Amino acid sequence: MQFMLLFSRQGKLRLQKWYVPLSDKEKKKITRELVQTVLARKPKMCSFLEWRDLKIVYKRYASLYFCCAIEDQDNELITLEIIHRYVELLDKYFGSVCELDIIFNFEKAYFILDEFLLGGEAQETSKKNVLKAIEQADLLQENFSSQSPHNCLSTP
Amino acid sequence: MPAVSKGDGMRGLAVFISDIRNCKSKEAEIKRINKELANIRSKFKGDKALDGYSKKKYVCKLLFIFLLGHDIDFGHMEAVNLLSSNKYTEKQIGYLFISVLVNSNSELIRLINNAIKNDLSSRNPTFMCLALHCIANVGSREMAEAFAGEIPRILVAGDTMDSVKQSAALCLLRLYKTSPDLVLMGEWTSRVVHLLNDQHMGVVTAAISLITCLSQKNPDEFKTCVSLAVSRLSRIVSSASTDLQDYTYYFVPAPWLSCKLLRLLQCYPPPEDGAVKGRLVECLETILNKAQEPPKSKKVQHSNAKNAILFEAISLIIHYDSEPNLLVRACNQLGQFLQHRETNLRYLALESMCTLASSEFSHEAVKTHIETVINALKTERDVSVRQRAADLLYAMCDRSNAKQIVAEMLSYLETADYSIREEMVLKVAILAEKYAVDYSWYVDTILNLIRIAGDYVSEEVWYRVIQIVINRDDVQGYAAKTVFEALQAPACHENMVKVGGYILGEFGNLIAGDPRSSPLVQFNLLHSKFHLCSVPTRALLLSAYIKFINLFPETKSTIQEVLRSDSQIRNSDVELQQRAVEYLKLSSIASTDVLATVLEEMPPFPERESSILAKLKKKKGPGAVSVNELEEGKREGGELNGGGERGGDSSSTPSPSADLLGLRAGPPVTAAAPSAGSLLVDVFSEAGVNDDGFLSEFSRFVCKNNGVLFENQLLQIGIKSEYRQNLGRMYLFYGNKTSVQFVTFTTTLNVQAKPVEPLIEGGAQVQQVINIECLTDFSDAPLLNIKFRYGGALQNLTLKLPVTINKFFQPTEMASHDFFQRWKQLSLPQQEAQKIFKANHAMDTEVLKAKLLGLGMALLENVDPNPENFVCAGVIQTKAQQVGSLLRLEPNAQAQMYRLTVRSSKDTVSKRLCELLAEQF
Repeated sequence: MQFMLLFSRQGKLRLQKWYVPLSDKEKKKITRELVQTVLARKPKMCSFLEWRDLKIVYKRYASLYFCCAIEDQDNELITLEIIHRYVELLDKYFGSVCELDIIFNFEKAYFILDEFLLGGEAQETSKKNVLKAIEQADLLQENFSSQSPHNCLSTP
Repeated sequence: MPAVSKGDGMRGLAVFISDIRNCKSKEAEIKRINKELANIRSKFKGDKALDGYSKKKYVCKLLFIFLLGHDIDFGHMEAVNLLSSNKYTEKQIGYLFISVLVNSNSELIRLINNAIKNDLSSRNPTFMCLALHCIANVGSREMAEAFAGEIPRILVAGDTMDSVKQSAALCLLRLYKTSPDLVLMGEWTSRVVHLLNDQHMGVVTAAISLITCLSQKNPDEFKTCVSLAVSRLSRIVSSASTDLQDYTYYFVPAPWLSCKLLRLLQCYPPPEDGAVKGRLVECLETILNKAQEPPKSKKVQHSNAKNAILFEAISLIIHYDSEPNLLVRACNQLGQFLQHRETNLRYLALESMCTLASSEFSHEAVKTHIETVINALKTERDVSVRQRAADLLYAMCDRSNAKQIVAEMLSYLETADYSIREEMVLKVAILAEKYAVDYSWYVDTILNLIRIAGDYVSEEVWYRVIQIVINRDDVQGYAAKTVFEALQAPACHENMVKVGGYILGEFGNLIAGDPRSSPLVQFNLLHSKFHLCSVPTRALLLSAYIKFINLFPETKSTIQEVLRSDSQIRNSDVELQQRAVEYLKLSSIASTDVLATVLEEMPPFPERESSILAKLKKKKGPGAVSVNELEEGKREGGELNGGGERGGDSSSTPSPSADLLGLRAGPPVTAAAPSAGSLLVDVFSEAGVNDDGFLSEFSRFVCKNNGVLFENQLLQIGIKSEYRQNLGRMYLFYGNKTSVQFVTFTTTLNVQAKPVEPLIEGGAQVQQVINIECLTDFSDAPLLNIKFRYGGALQNLTLKLPVTINKFFQPTEMASHDFFQRWKQLSLPQQEAQKIFKANHAMDTEVLKAKLLGLGMALLENVDPNPENFVCAGVIQTKAQQVGSLLRLEPNAQAQMYRLTVRSSKDTVSKRLCELLAEQF
């Protein structure tokens, strides 16, 4: 995988993860272009598209679009399930995750992603193991706080 | 999981994020951010030392601001400080900041690397993972330099925790991708392969990504992974859905790992060991069988995961391309998906079938789905799916269905999305040419293309139709009639006017007998379009007019009048003005004979790679269309063009100024076609300089492709040849040096060749083309026997054709490290051939370099520690296999001796190369 972007229906970028070295300028350009392309697509269209020499795999969960860029020989369907597993992890961690959770706890979203994918490849696909790692990290933290529940992110 | 463990809640951060979200305008947001930046800056600069928590909070705010898209130019130092905090959350935020906002500030990198080093040696797995994540996220060269040696050790150490192993594997992968030269193979590599056997599925999942990448670059070193991967795959495929516990995803056992295993196997040819192969075939069959079973869950995740494995298995089956049974089953499975209600599956099935269509075993099976695919092209709502359908139609097209497919694509073009029209036009043009049985169909198709999608018909397409019409006299009358009719339309595309102008200018006479298309009618029709056209088209029309004057003297006065009018002869465009003036003059002073000679019908174009195919290749990138695709098509259907020249020479492509008449430019340089009366033109400038009389004629061609192969008082034989991959084409030019004709001129080759003209006029030259395909490596050159009668005497001559194994080299560039590594890999005694010999020529470095380059290998600079030596690398392409070869030439100027060493993966090749080369220096 070359990068993963999370953005809202309004086109606001919520999370960006780049697994290839690119300049900030290039990243912004790619983001702009892709957000536009994906938002312009209709709901029943297929989740894959060719873009430059990459394949884009995307899926919408409630108000958020999850969008991955993979290389030619990579598998589209399994990437779609990478996205789903990530959503499941967020969901389990935050308890019915919603866009606001990701906005206010963006650092957590990054930490969870790093446990799941590293360098663009699946590091640990077991939900239990990923959450265990995050839990252990959380145990090392001093303060606890709770969040109010928001409308959830599960499949539309 | 307790819902409260959501972190340590930095209140200040949450407040700040809320503030930003409440901003009503972009300006308000920027104002709020600037205020915050000022605040943070003052806190960082303040006298009071900040505690870890505040530092973390501010660094996190900066990160948030950066992720909003604003520039951040401070705070790096504070983030680096956090790295050495012993509080986990502070360290974690520090690493996150560094991962997202790396700065190539060398001072900082040193500090960061220090902190990472400490964490890596801390033996605390959580800290180690954080450090490894950071390296994997940044992946810079500096980090590779610092850690590429350490990480393999962590990865294979016996006491490393599983989670650390996982991170280390992927961290190493990232470093290998950015700086492959810094990750040295070693004792650890064999142990990495054995991670495929690890008990922990997570470790296997992470390690296999690394192994796949390394195998692609060093297949031999990692080939033991094949049998391990097969047995792992077999265990997963045959396991019950509950066996793998948490690695089962919606009732599918370990889908990610399965896909990766199948992907790894695609780096290798089918396993040679029968047992392993049998086991793998069994796995693939099981996967295909499972696709037919009723789903264990209605969830889309279940079917996606299951089908992800299926598609990966099909990719492997296609990659092997050796199991007809599996290929056909795969094709049937994909055929079912073509009608599936999930758009995603339809899309992937179309895509995957495209590759199946190119396999000889499944081509026919793919063709049975033609109606479904045509239907998809017409009815799919998503343009990307329609695009896939068009691609598949293109891929499954052959002689049997070409008419239907071309017709469908043409009718689709009328409504196709603008984004894909140009590519569709190219594809239609290529298919029409490739599978044309009768050329009237071809002409109709291209004219239809211009009618339907004229704006998308590039120059290459209409140049091509003209080339073909010029070269095929059986279609010229039809073409003239058809363009004449097409031009009757009240509005026709300018491209139609161009084709029409050119064809009527050349072949208008073929339809002039019919009073409805008499010369004047033709001229008036063309001229009625003139004022609507752009300058290049007008220029072309003017040339057509002067051709008319030659073809039809009765039109002379009308046309002269047009040329003489102010709008032509005083046209503000220099090109048009010049043509008008010159043509007018030419028509009024030249005699009919001169006019007829100057304006003679165009000679056939030399055959060249179809310009449109080249264009499609350029559009799709290399590899999208197989190189000899068009050639193959032609072989089936007879030669399209008369000549035998394959271009690639820019001077022979049509000039863009639409000056197809060639009046101004003179004949193209490469037009060495056997046009009547052409003198023996010495196109081989090199041949004149024959300084190395020592060498036999044959061996002079080892390092070059063109020149004179043979010459005596009667006959001169010149050669031009070109090679690409395992294919070559050789042009032989037989020049008669006498003034008497040679009769019953025949050539026979101990391989098959196209016949040559039986007559060579005195002073004339004829050309013969030989197509060469290198099936496997060889030592003996083909023999060419030439017989002819000169006067009454029979002449008989046998020559060795200079086709040598090195002609099929593809140069390979590589760095010093790679070279020596490969050199060492080829260390079996029979893989090496060596010769020590005396210099036959002056030891001039430049001459040596030129010869080595002519050999076809890449001449590698700065590889050999001794700058006097030369090293080269290349791969010989034969149909059967590729033979990698390395060469080292060590000159000894004092002794006037050379030592030549050749190593290659095949012993006969090393030996032959060494023999060939030893005669060269």
